[in-house]
Amino acid sequence: MRRHVLSSLFALVATGLLVSAPVFAQAQVAAKPAPAAKAWTMPRTPDGKPDLQGVYSNATTIPVARPANLGAKEFYDSEADKAATATAGGGRAGRGGAARPAADPEGNGLAVHYDTSQFGLGGPTVKRAASLRTSIITGPEGRVPPVLPEVAKAAQERRAYQQAHQWDSAQNRPLAERCITWGFEGPPMMPVGYNSTLEIVQGQGYVAIVQEMIHDTRVIPTDGRPHGPAEIKRWMGDSVGHWEGDTLVVETVNYNPQVVIQGQQVSDAAKVTERFTRIDPDTIQYQFTVDDPKTWVKPFSGEYNMVHIDGNLYEYACHEGNYGMANNLSGARATEKK
Amino acid sequence: MRICRLGGWLLAGAAGAALLSLAVLPTPAQAPAAYKAPKTKDGKPNLNGIWQSNNEANWDIRPHAAYAGPVYTLGAAYSTPAGLGVVEGGEIPYKPEAAAKQKENFTNRLKLDPEIKCYMGGVPRSTYMPYPFQIVQGTGTIMFVYEFAGAVRVINMGAPTKAPADSWMGWSNGHWEGESLVVDVTSLNDQTWFDRAGNWHSDALHVIERYTAIGPDALQYEATIDDPKVFTRQWKMSMPLYRRLEKNAQLLEYKCVEFAEEVLYGHLRKQPLQGKGDSK
Repeated sequence: MRRHVLSSLFALVATGLLVSAPVFAQAQVAAKPAPAAKAWTMPRTPDGKPDLQGVYSNATTIPVARPANLGAKEFYDSEADKAATATAGGGRAGRGGAARPAADPEGNGLAVHYDTSQFGLGGPTVKRAASLRTSIITGPEGRVPPVLPEVAKAAQERRAYQQAHQWDSAQNRPLAERCITWGFEGPPMMPVGYNSTLEIVQGQGYVAIVQEMIHDTRVIPTDGRPHGPAEIKRWMGDSVGHWEGDTLVVETVNYNPQVVIQGQQVSDAAKVTERFTRIDPDTIQYQFTVDDPKTWVKPFSGEYNMVHIDGNLYEYACHEGNYGMANNLSGARATEKK
Repeated sequence: MRICRLGGWLLAGAAGAALLSLAVLPTPAQAPAAYKAPKTKDGKPNLNGIWQSNNEANWDIRPHAAYAGPVYTLGAAYSTPAGLGVVEGGEIPYKPEAAAKQKENFTNRLKLDPEIKCYMGGVPRSTYMPYPFQIVQGTGTIMFVYEFAGAVRVINMGAPTKAPADSWMGWSNGHWEGESLVVDVTSLNDQTWFDRAGNWHSDALHVIERYTAIGPDALQYEATIDDPKVFTRQWKMSMPLYRRLEKNAQLLEYKCVEFAEEVLYGHLRKQPLQGKGDSK
């Protein structure tokens, strides 16, 4: 089952359907930090901390970068404004209502792989937090700032090499295809094309977050300990958390140098700060700041809301079911022999 | 149980050595009833922590002498240490054809062992692989996070639910029985093993686990194994698990996919690797 979904996503990527927007950059959005409902009081764990536990969706139709025609407009005025602007202005409000693909003309069953609803991209299938935000990236620019010139150059060289050698070996394939990281686990955690689902469990001195994609799990200590040794670089970084009032603040450093944030490999100076605040019975406001002075010309911040959903996370055995890797490589070897 | 054991000893003494091996079966799960774990704020035994087995079960859950590893160039460093075993009674009650398959698995372990391929360990193997795991005890759920392959399962402590499909780590419903966390694990697939010796199970595997604190820094782990397709009866394994006491103990990443890619896909490379054992 998983392999269908995975290969389908790659199929989408390959056809460019997803690629145009920093792919999964499509994230979603969050509502304006709305004032909490009147009668609601913060639920707490037995040790008195805000209770963030549960299963959440961070699916969204909000793009990471603000459509250019919106300028510095950070919020739509209304749902009507949002719909009108997105259509008339050519702005990309996200794939939420994306039309379904045409039926499968050759009857070979491939159509199912382009069924956007299968990936949570279809409007009604996935619960999303309501939001009038125009982009996940906050601030007047509403987009990830440029990278430093030397970083851009290095990235370009890597890309050129990759293109020339993309089928040489498994190690030449993208991290997501290798099932090492999906690229959205973060931090910052970003919505994915499908399965934008995560679960939070709070134990004594820890907040643990498992993201459905590749079952990537962050176990974040909140007991005041410092970061681990800088020698230990990690795919999801080295996170420590603390509570500021009712907000969980998590700081992450020590990223593996191959980690990609918003399409860009980060440096050993990367530091990401996340803030989790439960703002109503169903919603966690998620805010983040990415600061990597060796990569981007300046820090950037983003925000979206996660919405509580009923149900469970299911096992995403990515590597275990990665038949596509062997198939693709053997296809490449066969092609070379022609 | 104590009485049974005592009776066993006496019987063994009287009846001779033949019975001795049965009489001294370890019964650790039941024995240390005296200890009571500190409680969480909501009154449950507090099992939070980073835990690890300290035994040789991952090589072979049965009693075994030391033997050479499957790759002779690795010499003494990667050979198998002897172990007393964790199977109560020492023997796994395989059906005859299933016992034959275990031997085949062992012979072909370099090709077949899911651990080599960086596949999630399943239950119970994940518990006694030589890596720590962490229990994050929430209020409605308890998360078990394993360092090896980043495997994880979230144990539902509410009304039992049913799995929609089989999976590597199975479907876990838990409840408290006195001092013990009891986890009923179903819907495990047939792809995982019990150890590196090729001890195996089918997709009919049903595991009931018990985690009981036996001291501030140790748990007793017990797993009852039922799989009518493979075994003639239920059987049980048990072992202590130890708290990682380092002040800065934490679960680190062992995302082993990249360590297994050459094994899995190396034959499909464009250029063969130069020099054996190189990874790049």
